[in-house]
Amino acid sequence: MRITFPFLYKTLFAFSLFMGCIQAQAQNAEKLHQRANAAMCANCHGSEGRTVDKSAVPPLAGLPKDYLVQQMQAFKDGSRKATVMHQISKGLSDAQITSLADYFATQTR
Amino acid sequence: MQRRQLLRYSLAMGATTSLMGHSVFAQNAATKAQVIVIGGGYGGATAAKYIRLLSAYKIPVMLVEPNAEFISCPMSNLVIGGSKTLQDLTTSYDTLAKKHGVQIVQDRVTRIDPDKKTVTLAKGPTLAYDKLVLSPGIELMLDSIEGLQAAHESGRILQAWKAGPETTALRKQLQDMPDGGVYALTVPEAPYRCPPGPYERASQVAFYFKQYKPKSKVLILDANPDVTSKGPLFKKFWSENYKDILEFRPNHKVTAVDANAGLIKFDVQESVHADVLNVLPSMRAGTVATQTGLANANKRWCGVNYLTFESSVAKDIHILGDAMLAAPAMPKSGHMANSHAKVAAAAVVAQLTDLEVNPSPFLTNTCYSYVSDNMVVHVASVHQFNVEEKTYKTVPGSGGVSSEANTLEATYAWNWAQNIWSDSLL
Repeated sequence: MRITFPFLYKTLFAFSLFMGCIQAQAQNAEKLHQRANAAMCANCHGSEGRTVDKSAVPPLAGLPKDYLVQQMQAFKDGSRKATVMHQISKGLSDAQITSLADYFATQTR
Repeated sequence: MQRRQLLRYSLAMGATTSLMGHSVFAQNAATKAQVIVIGGGYGGATAAKYIRLLSAYKIPVMLVEPNAEFISCPMSNLVIGGSKTLQDLTTSYDTLAKKHGVQIVQDRVTRIDPDKKTVTLAKGPTLAYDKLVLSPGIELMLDSIEGLQAAHESGRILQAWKAGPETTALRKQLQDMPDGGVYALTVPEAPYRCPPGPYERASQVAFYFKQYKPKSKVLILDANPDVTSKGPLFKKFWSENYKDILEFRPNHKVTAVDANAGLIKFDVQESVHADVLNVLPSMRAGTVATQTGLANANKRWCGVNYLTFESSVAKDIHILGDAMLAAPAMPKSGHMANSHAKVAAAAVVAQLTDLEVNPSPFLTNTCYSYVSDNMVVHVASVHQFNVEEKTYKTVPGSGGVSSEANTLEATYAWNWAQNIWSDSLL
């Protein structure tokens, strides 16, 4: 059996690959930005959310996303007391908190 | 498949793969790109590590730093107060090399040519870069105060505003001072490196005097109209703990020093005599930045595009840390430099791999000050990039300071140091 590709299909195929590339580039950029933003937590919570041994502040790597979002909201509304985090959390938008939580949840401990 | 069809198919595919190949090409270009980082402090070391991390170890990075090891400026006042040693604050550059593949070159940069995109090292070689990350810290403007340069060179009047041998030398001067003596610390007009640093240092010296030399005095002679950072917290602790030891005098701008007579002269106020003189002059961006013409703000600080930290006068030179012209309410601190470094590292990686630069970065800062060996106060802030104004702004309602000096934050302060040293260097 002979399979033929009408030119239209080929063009569509090529175009979808091209769009896929653009999309992949955009995803790469988004991942880079998310990782760099998450690094803002690393000065206290360790690179990629992994602290030094016996750290007084918790490592964030591998914590469930929902838990991280809840705790950040609790710092924000004052229901969880803190020395510093209530002041930092108020500087972050909900979207930023979700993105950071998403990043740390996917990191291995 | 017929030959003609195959041809047409491969033409269509060819166009696609060349587009697809764009990212592959960018990746290959990145692996060939040379990034040189100047300065291995909080800014430079972090930038070197994060360019490696964020490029999945594809972009080669060379770090040029004159010192053999990293010695932290934050926490160095504790060496002066006597509760830590310099060794406690020292971290090797070995892990940056071994674990992260950063090429460490122990040398000083004598010249940057922004047009040819080269740097020349003191030991001779001239190296080409595609991206230069410049984190040279500060230069103390010793010649802005009459007599200070000579007094500094003779070792009579120290600054100890870069942690190292001078830190321990200042400690020794205090140990050698007889009880009943006066330690005078002068503070330059803001901005300078580490806004709460002088007040922490004065607290540490007062803490030492209170235990070992109770008849001695600490004098803070400040060019500013009030304590620059954490003022109410410092003043409350001083009045409750160092009342008869520490005195704060605002509006004292130093014009000259006489090291032999132990005299500090001011533009308006009466001269002051002291036994140990710790005179901090005004500061500007590190010499390599000013001599390259990058300090375009008042000839002292380097203006940058805050989205990428690229110099506003030289393409492909990204400037971080204390040398940079800070955005409003942004202190010159080690934590801030570490934060700058990550935004800059991400921008460098994005630009070298043809990705979009982060349009909305943010920065954090937390700065702890020890008022004794185990009592601490902090200031924290979040700086969000403002697209319309192209600068960072603190978020209203965010940030703040400790309610009062406390011991819990001493645990967190030392913990902060361990984690940020690890984050920057390990």
